[in-house]
Amino acid sequence: MIAEPDIANVAMTTPGGAWLIAALVWPVIAVLLTIVGGGRYAARIAIASMPVGLAVSVAIAARVLPEGDALVYLVGGWAPPLGIALRADALSAVMMLTTAVVISGAGLFAYADFGPKPGEPETRTSLVFWTLLIAVWGAMNLVVTGHDLFNLYVALELLTFAAVPLVCLDGRAATLAAALRYLMFALLGSVLYLLGAVLLYGAYGTLDITLLAARVQPEPAAWVAAALMTAGLLAKTALFPLHLWLPPAHAGAPPAASAILSALVVKGSFVLIIRLWFEVMPALWSVAATQLIAALGAAAILYGSVLALRQQRLKLLIAYSTVAQIGYLFLMFPLAFDPATAQLQGGVALTGGVLQTVSHAFAKAGMFMAAGLIASSLGHDRVADLAGVGRALPMSLIAFGLAGVSLVGLPPSGGFVAKWLLLSAAVSTGQWWWATVLVVGGLLTGGYVMLVLIRAMGTVAESAAPLKPVARSREAIALAMSLCAALLGLLALGPVELPTFGTSGVATAVAEVGP
Amino acid sequence: MSTVTLFGLCGAVLIGLGLYGALTHPQPLRKLIAFNLLGSGIFLLFGTIARRGAWNAVGGDPVPQALVITGVVVAFAATAFAVALLLRLFKESGEATLDPTAPVGAPPGRPES
Repeated sequence: MIAEPDIANVAMTTPGGAWLIAALVWPVIAVLLTIVGGGRYAARIAIASMPVGLAVSVAIAARVLPEGDALVYLVGGWAPPLGIALRADALSAVMMLTTAVVISGAGLFAYADFGPKPGEPETRTSLVFWTLLIAVWGAMNLVVTGHDLFNLYVALELLTFAAVPLVCLDGRAATLAAALRYLMFALLGSVLYLLGAVLLYGAYGTLDITLLAARVQPEPAAWVAAALMTAGLLAKTALFPLHLWLPPAHAGAPPAASAILSALVVKGSFVLIIRLWFEVMPALWSVAATQLIAALGAAAILYGSVLALRQQRLKLLIAYSTVAQIGYLFLMFPLAFDPATAQLQGGVALTGGVLQTVSHAFAKAGMFMAAGLIASSLGHDRVADLAGVGRALPMSLIAFGLAGVSLVGLPPSGGFVAKWLLLSAAVSTGQWWWATVLVVGGLLTGGYVMLVLIRAMGTVAESAAPLKPVARSREAIALAMSLCAALLGLLALGPVELPTFGTSGVATAVAEVGP
Repeated sequence: MSTVTLFGLCGAVLIGLGLYGALTHPQPLRKLIAFNLLGSGIFLLFGTIARRGAWNAVGGDPVPQALVITGVVVAFAATAFAVALLLRLFKESGEATLDPTAPVGAPPGRPES
């Protein structure tokens, strides 16, 4: 049953592969330094290490994106199946760049909340925040570059352990409960993923993605493993109906942490779903499986959007919007399914899905930051009482609106190009029902964005208490995040060719081995 | 029945028990114990797979053994973290439950003003 390892298929360290090690090592060094530095220096150490992380991510993207050739590094020089490979393809590079920009933005945004304050003693909260911020970055880098299923399990756990405490930084009972509920879902997801990985090892004798792709056969062991791993990853990605933990967790965290959680952390497990479905076992899925997962996505879009419309608090509204936007990510699976070869193929639909991942990351980061500024200025975040915000905090409101433009999918935003690609894939494959979902979801999204904007544009009586001022620089960071989302489409439509996200080498290997 | 099959079946039973407990018990502490049971089942299953991979005069496949050690460390860390969170929740709120009947749409805290 177990095929001999195909030596030609085994990866070798490519020139520049050592950058992958740099991407994993610098966060560890930075985290250790923040712990040594303590609450007083944590913020400065974390901020100072961010340019390093940005530079490493840019260096990797500059090597991977132009040619589309993946960077590979064999840890310790040991080739799989005994050793562990790290691999950065176009998807990894794009996710690393997004992570770098969003976390750097969130770090600068959070300096006012968690930075050292003259004349005040150092706090534990500040130390924990900066340590975890860099830890999330490191875990994301490992999640997107790991090429071994067990290595990826450890990466997922690192991401979870770094993300969950961010929810309950303020230590209130409500946020502790939210964090605990998040952890329970995440632990269930981890054990299911691990069980699937163990079954795959038992059946095929390797955990390396490239080797597995060549060996996996459509048979019960692979089906059970795939179902377990997908279910586990869906719990971490918060796809409907496993989203219950997300709204209280994302809405209760401090604004910078909410931005990270909504923009990046749920995407980490989504990247693994892409790896599993498109790279490890593209030929394993039936039409029914792809339709089912997209149906869950469609339910998430409708349910999340309707609940967002009904929320009374701004941060919960944005959190339910995340539930809905996650749904869009799963619409790509039936659209990427090629009935002729009966396997998932990279192409327009996958590119649309990845673009939606990235543009939602920037939009949601900008939106949560803007909402945090609005809440700190008003002293509350009740949607019904937002009147006067438009006059007092125009920049924050524009940031919110621009992020909304991308979520709705209006040109020239990244969300527009993403949804356009998905829509055209739906039309060209004759799956009109997903096109309907895309359009209805866009309308509902427009509804809850406009609801906030209209309320915030309202005028208040002159005698009303003045709003607390917020720093212009923090508004600018929120605006920059939203602008990234809103202008991403120009980049994609204009001079820059969209990188092809695909499974070139892996897919052909499977085609040769497959039935 | 060979020893390997017996251990494999034990692992499967533990996994089933753990999964049942994790899905049916609303109390976080019970869920946590169920996760540990489930994890132990997975490690036992992995050990069985390692033993089954014994060929070429090697007593067992060494890779799963290395992975199980890592898995045990991760599971230990997760359990310690969850218990710490649970203890803190108990200290703050006086209860150690996540009420499953609470409406999810309700705000996690009262508005500040």
